[in-house]
Amino acid sequence: MIVRGKAKKQKITKSAMTRAGSSASDFLLKLELESNPESLCLVRATIERTTETLHFEPAETRAIVRAVDEALANVVRHAYKGQRGQPIQLTCRRLRSADTEARAKGIEIILQDSGVALDPAKLKGRPLDEIRPGGLGLHFMRQSMDKVEFSRSQGQNQLRLVKYLAPAKPEKTQGD
Amino acid sequence: MQIAARPFEGWTILDVSGDIDLAHSPAMRKVLLGEIREKHTKIVILNLGAVRYIDSSGIASLVEGLKASRDQGSRLILYGLSKTVREVMELSRLQRIFEIYDNEEQAVSSEGHK
Repeated sequence: MIVRGKAKKQKITKSAMTRAGSSASDFLLKLELESNPESLCLVRATIERTTETLHFEPAETRAIVRAVDEALANVVRHAYKGQRGQPIQLTCRRLRSADTEARAKGIEIILQDSGVALDPAKLKGRPLDEIRPGGLGLHFMRQSMDKVEFSRSQGQNQLRLVKYLAPAKPEKTQGD
Repeated sequence: MQIAARPFEGWTILDVSGDIDLAHSPAMRKVLLGEIREKHTKIVILNLGAVRYIDSSGIASLVEGLKASRDQGSRLILYGLSKTVREVMELSRLQRIFEIYDNEEQAVSSEGHK
């Protein structure tokens, strides 16, 4: 697995962010990995630390890790049909808000693979009332993230996952 | 992930540790179904106390084990679920179909054991 860190931060001025509307993003890291199930634990550990540094709560961190893990498992199992050694790229960006520059607004994670095109009909997941193995991965992703967007371009599948930071809770004072 | 079988009064307790993910759920599935379908163990108890992470493939293996135990007329019991494992169970709305206890003492003394 190749890791490319935040060596070069995108230059985004306050005025540019304001012009763009309400948000912009900073590059955090890029992982280049192969479609081997053993790689998933390395990605989970990386995503866990990344989300912690962005001040996500422990439950939110677990949710993001779960979504990314399930997304990667889907790429391995469905896009590459279990074939090992195929390329997967994962990119993380910090989403910023123009009026909360001091604090991250959220995280955007993009997965790209060159596997077979996804069948939109199979992206529904299965009804939870059915008690049978399988079909839970997509449900976990949608439950865990604010945005789950699939697309295909130039022979590549792309999955965009977004999780926003919950608004900061007011600090408790003595007597609360 | 590691999994170790421990006999207990004619039943089997499977102590599982580590991550039950895409790389390791096939191994857990094999041990679990082996206990139920091949050894015909009447009660299989899964100790998940040292499991740090479980994904949908791990959950699918547990569901398969539960279905096999029902087919065999045996029981599959879980205990020691961490917050992470419990969350995944709740997300999949499967916590109601499994027999789940907090600890080993409760699991082995549950109704029908003694």
